[in-house]
Amino acid sequence: MSLFTFTKTELHNLFSKPATQLYPQKPKVYPERTRGHVENDIEACIFCGLCSRKCPTGAIAVDRKEKSWAINRFSCIQCRSCVDSCPKKCLSMKQTYTQPASEKKTMVYHPAPKAEPAKEAPEKTPEIPDGGNQKGAPKAQSENSAVSAS
Amino acid sequence: MHENKLREISPDTLLDEVSKLAYGGYRLVQICCTKAGEEYELTYSFGLDYDLLNLRLRVAEGTEVSSVSHIFPSAFFYENEIHDLFGVPVARMTVDYRGNLYRTGQKTPFH
Amino acid sequence: MSKRSIVPFGPQHPVLPEPIHLDLVLEDEKVVEAIPSIGFVHRGLEKLVEKKDFNEYVYVAERICGICSFMHGMGYCEAVEHIMGVEIPPRAKYLRTIWCEMSRIHSHLLWLGLLADAFGFESLFMQTWRIREKILDMFECSTGGRVIFSVNKIGGQRRDMDNSMLHGFLEVFDGIERDLKDLTKTFLNNTAVNTRLKGLGYLSRERAHETGAVGPFMRASGIERDTRRLGYAAYGDLEFETVTSGVGDCYARTEVRIGEIFQSIRLIRQAVSRIPEGDVAVPVKGFPNGEYLMRVEQPRGEAVYYVKANGTKFLDRVRVRTPTFANIPPMLETIKGCQLADVPILILTIDPCISCTER
Repeated sequence: MSLFTFTKTELHNLFSKPATQLYPQKPKVYPERTRGHVENDIEACIFCGLCSRKCPTGAIAVDRKEKSWAINRFSCIQCRSCVDSCPKKCLSMKQTYTQPASEKKTMVYHPAPKAEPAKEAPEKTPEIPDGGNQKGAPKAQSENSAVSAS
Repeated sequence: MHENKLREISPDTLLDEVSKLAYGGYRLVQICCTKAGEEYELTYSFGLDYDLLNLRLRVAEGTEVSSVSHIFPSAFFYENEIHDLFGVPVARMTVDYRGNLYRTGQKTPFH
Repeated sequence: MSKRSIVPFGPQHPVLPEPIHLDLVLEDEKVVEAIPSIGFVHRGLEKLVEKKDFNEYVYVAERICGICSFMHGMGYCEAVEHIMGVEIPPRAKYLRTIWCEMSRIHSHLLWLGLLADAFGFESLFMQTWRIREKILDMFECSTGGRVIFSVNKIGGQRRDMDNSMLHGFLEVFDGIERDLKDLTKTFLNNTAVNTRLKGLGYLSRERAHETGAVGPFMRASGIERDTRRLGYAAYGDLEFETVTSGVGDCYARTEVRIGEIFQSIRLIRQAVSRIPEGDVAVPVKGFPNGEYLMRVEQPRGEAVYYVKANGTKFLDRVRVRTPTFANIPPMLETIKGCQLADVPILILTIDPCISCTER
């Protein structure tokens, strides 16, 4: 048994800089493969619905007729199944995580309309419950146009 | 290669077979319950070094199963679990929590 | 004649990483008996097989626990691959081995930190977790997530680690080994730590066999058995010895886990030097039909995965018997006869992972 076994580490720590980073003043640099949130290049999307079928939580809802792609970011478990199964490779996984919010909204994306003016929807989307087999497309009616979320 | 065998036995010979395995130096690995239609399939797994021997018995709903916890002391934990989750009655456990081991909102949720 | 009193322990306790409830029957300060009660984090994951098809269930399986996440996904995938008769490519086997050993190192480092925190040595806890951060950063670089990796799929792996990444990791492991050698001296030689650990919670070899102990808890009592010898993934090609100790008290369990960390670093070096080139996954068609019992050596011990399939896309039954579940009866036995103040340390020496136990 001995004493002072921890002294070497303690002295080393006393005279070196801290191991932690001053976040959020210094922003965090994520490695390339970090699974943060899913983004869709809506102009290239063909609305086939494969991503919606592969999603384990049912976070994605695709409507081919209305050309809309909706995702509930708070249901997404960042598994990359949608990205891997997309035939057109328009889905990609970005590195930043979804910011905390006070309610769970579904973000809907449409391709840029050709001649009609942008629609404005007054109501918010109803909350989509988590888990289970919620694979049907609820009539999503909130945020509009090719807005990219962050 | 290490063995991984399955053998079907009848519920009457359970205690006999288990005593033979205990005498042979086997240890209890797990007791698993599956619902198969109207009856329950109980799988007892025993290990000797790296080999695995599984005994399977089928019981109808409500049939009582004898406890093996006086031969293998750790079995009481598994038997309390199958009683709490599936509702299979197990008789003569060495430590019986009488349904209080698992705190679930609904009794026997896997029934 | 001293009076008996019952003191509830948990589910909220500063030393417990996860909730478990014990009713301790005390005579003065000595514990006579302990009665467990579990179910605080029971999520009914085994019932979810009825709703998620067998490919999606991988994501459920890896979320059974945060610390042993990779091996749960791997054990489930190996069981289904056995039922379907799918042979995964050799590179995928080596990748699984490397990620498994990295999981083992991070889990043991987490445990060492919690042990130091349990007897009040907070700075040692911080130092150990500082080393663990490097491993979590490596996980993020290679798989995309720090805790939940989502790299297992039925048929192989979803991502690859190229050789430059692997060699970069080996350099990080050299640094980890150096830092850990200094910390090991504190864990094993420091007087204060030794007084709290030596002679406590003795479990003899015979009782460990009879009560069904598994993992480092069992190896510290002298039984030499390591489920990695079964040869799943790439373990059949690698050489390693089983780390055991004959003494059987809390100090021996600490020694075994520290020895396993160094052994894992050596195993990773071996695996990186022998990893073959090739694909990392094979396409899988059809549905599984049959049943299989797969055993995996998790950081806490031997875990058993029983999968029963009936030819449709939904499985019949998935049952996971986790090592903590098997270690609770011997733990209840070691608690008998100890002082009340030693109960947290004794519960921690089995490395309790209650989310695994209750699924």
